[in-house]
Amino acid sequence: MTESTAARKPRRSAGSKAAGTTGTKAAGTTGTKAGTDAKRTTGTKRTTSTTRTAAKKGSETELVQLLTPEGERVGTAANSAYAEYASYVADITPDELRGLYRDMVLTRRFDAEATALQRQGELGLWASLLGQEAAQIGSGRATREDDYVFPTYREHGVAWCRGVDPTNLLGMFRGVNNGGWDPNSNNFHLYTIVIGSQALHATGYAMGVAKDGADSGVIAYFGDGASSQGDVSEAFNFAAVYNAPVVFFCQNNQWAISESNEKQTRVPLYQRAQGFGFPGVRVDGNDVLASLAVTRWALDRARRGEGPALIEAYTYRMGAHTTSDDPSRYRHDDERAAWEAKDPILRLRRFLESANHADEGFFAELEAESEALGKRVREVVRAMPDPDRFAIFEHAYADGHALVDEERAQFAAYQASFADAEGV
Amino acid sequence: MAAEKMALAKAINESLRRALESDPKVLIMGEDVGKLGGVFRVTDGLQKDFGEDRVIDTPLAESGIVGTAIGLALRGYRPVVEIQFDGFVFPAYDQIVTQLAKMHARSLGKVKMPVVIRIPYGGGIGAVEHHSESPEALFAHVAGLKVVSPSNAADAYWMMQQAIQSDDPVIYFEPKRRYWDKAEVDREAIPGPLHAARVVREGTDLTLAAYGPMVKLCQEVADAAAEEGRSLEVVDLRSISPVDFDTIQASVEKTRRLVVVHEAPVFLGSGAEIAARITERCFYHLEAPVLRVGGYHAPYPPARLEEEYLPDLDRVLDAVDRSLAY
Repeated sequence: MTESTAARKPRRSAGSKAAGTTGTKAAGTTGTKAGTDAKRTTGTKRTTSTTRTAAKKGSETELVQLLTPEGERVGTAANSAYAEYASYVADITPDELRGLYRDMVLTRRFDAEATALQRQGELGLWASLLGQEAAQIGSGRATREDDYVFPTYREHGVAWCRGVDPTNLLGMFRGVNNGGWDPNSNNFHLYTIVIGSQALHATGYAMGVAKDGADSGVIAYFGDGASSQGDVSEAFNFAAVYNAPVVFFCQNNQWAISESNEKQTRVPLYQRAQGFGFPGVRVDGNDVLASLAVTRWALDRARRGEGPALIEAYTYRMGAHTTSDDPSRYRHDDERAAWEAKDPILRLRRFLESANHADEGFFAELEAESEALGKRVREVVRAMPDPDRFAIFEHAYADGHALVDEERAQFAAYQASFADAEGV
Repeated sequence: MAAEKMALAKAINESLRRALESDPKVLIMGEDVGKLGGVFRVTDGLQKDFGEDRVIDTPLAESGIVGTAIGLALRGYRPVVEIQFDGFVFPAYDQIVTQLAKMHARSLGKVKMPVVIRIPYGGGIGAVEHHSESPEALFAHVAGLKVVSPSNAADAYWMMQQAIQSDDPVIYFEPKRRYWDKAEVDREAIPGPLHAARVVREGTDLTLAAYGPMVKLCQEVADAAAEEGRSLEVVDLRSISPVDFDTIQASVEKTRRLVVVHEAPVFLGSGAEIAARITERCFYHLEAPVLRVGGYHAPYPPARLEEEYLPDLDRVLDAVDRSLAY
């Protein structure tokens, strides 16, 4: 594992977070706003938002954005509605910005390679994250080493941030295992395919963190479709009741396979939090800076014992749901084209260039690194062996089970019978 | 005094208390398990002595209870979860089947799931709908789960100790109509293996195999049959996944006849599996087909009809007669 920059994770220096936020209110939960005032010390203080009237206009106005699609940094002024969030990235260095850019580029390259490997028959399936790089890298880089991450099956960028070797993600898509990494090595749980189940696991884990008296945070990823699952609502409620240090990170990529947001919800998803008693905020999920800032904010308050928060990262699934899906049956190309203009990587590149934070050499070197990554992924996947047939029985139980032992022996005898017949 | 006579519910309570005392990672979770001590008082007094942080009253959401228990297990805890009644487990069925049962295999053995799910089950208490069911086959069918059911206070005590120590998830079915039955519990005994069956009465003419609430009934059947000069052997299976087929086989090779008794519907119940496997193992010993006595393929009836639905002395004796008539 050489590519991941986990060790280079940008960290906000202590004492900077509240700078310039006095008296400002961050955009977020409409109606009563719980815990978005930088000055508050408890998670339950409710204030009237000065931005509330504007927020009524529509969801777009409630989007926390710190980097525009044109690559311009915004929201940094002390009187900005997003100043509290902005304070969490105020001291970000050019090196860290280049790191975020590199993360997104390499993640996209890995994702493209995996899609190609599926087309070549090397993988049975692939769930592409194309378009969601900023939401994943921003939030993933906000996590601390001792934090614990519960992904769905599309968090390849978050896995990258956690230091999981990307080739380990491919075993389940090739069909050689159902989860090829040790969750406790990187505090990155296995991919969960049943929609929304992991929100409860994250909540339970966070309850355990609180019982241990630790100040780690837990983050649960899920999508707009999962927001309809009862388990997600139950997770919200358990987290609120037990004040668990968990951040719910919903990547609203607009489509749950073929079903649009309108089929999932009648209110903007971040507003769900209010009914459960914790803050919710919608962030521009194609803005890596805003995603980083808002997730740091949410994890920070969780660490301080202020309980859960919901982040809705507003983004777009540029590709198909999986390689088995055909989006042309349910959505128009012009919608995709509109989102292309908001591309997460392009906007950071524009900013890096205009601010003179990166030169041609940086981009050229990264291009070479990308190709090297693609090549390595290709080679590792093609060399990935099928598991031994007895792996069927291997880990069914931790402490063994008489029936499994019996059936394994029968299976072995059956297999051996062919060897006898062949005179081997 | 290590040995003491106590009710089955009290034995579980004592076992939970011992687990809470000996391992700080053990947690109790469920609806009404705190101040109330559970609707059957199985967790009575535990929150008072171990605090709300370890004996946790949960929101009323079974999937949430099991899902968060999984997360707590991932953090290193050993949650013992109470589902209030058998018929209420189904909101948690998804978490149990898709996550709890499969996490160990999915992680290639890296992640253990030491979660116990206690479910008071079975009928005979005159309850309303969803309070009298026997869904054990639905869990035994799922690889990754272990399923047990004690029939008496001593087993209830020791099997709970062993279930909590298991690194696999254990569904622990409690025979609610036997909660108040008393038996001697020896806290210093050396228990046998959790998944071993036990011959609780020796006989020569026919084997009755049962678990949980039906073991007592089968012993009564054996008493009644003895008066008619028939010697019945009774095997308490104790574990439904895995089933201790060796013990049943040894008994059937001796008696040559087998009747399996459970409250759950006969169709595709655990008796069906036992009949199939014992027929395969004991084909040349059997003098009669393996017979089953259990519930019917109909929703559990209203309380006024449950005596007609549940296996009783006469229905089991009828099956014994039919087997012996071959």
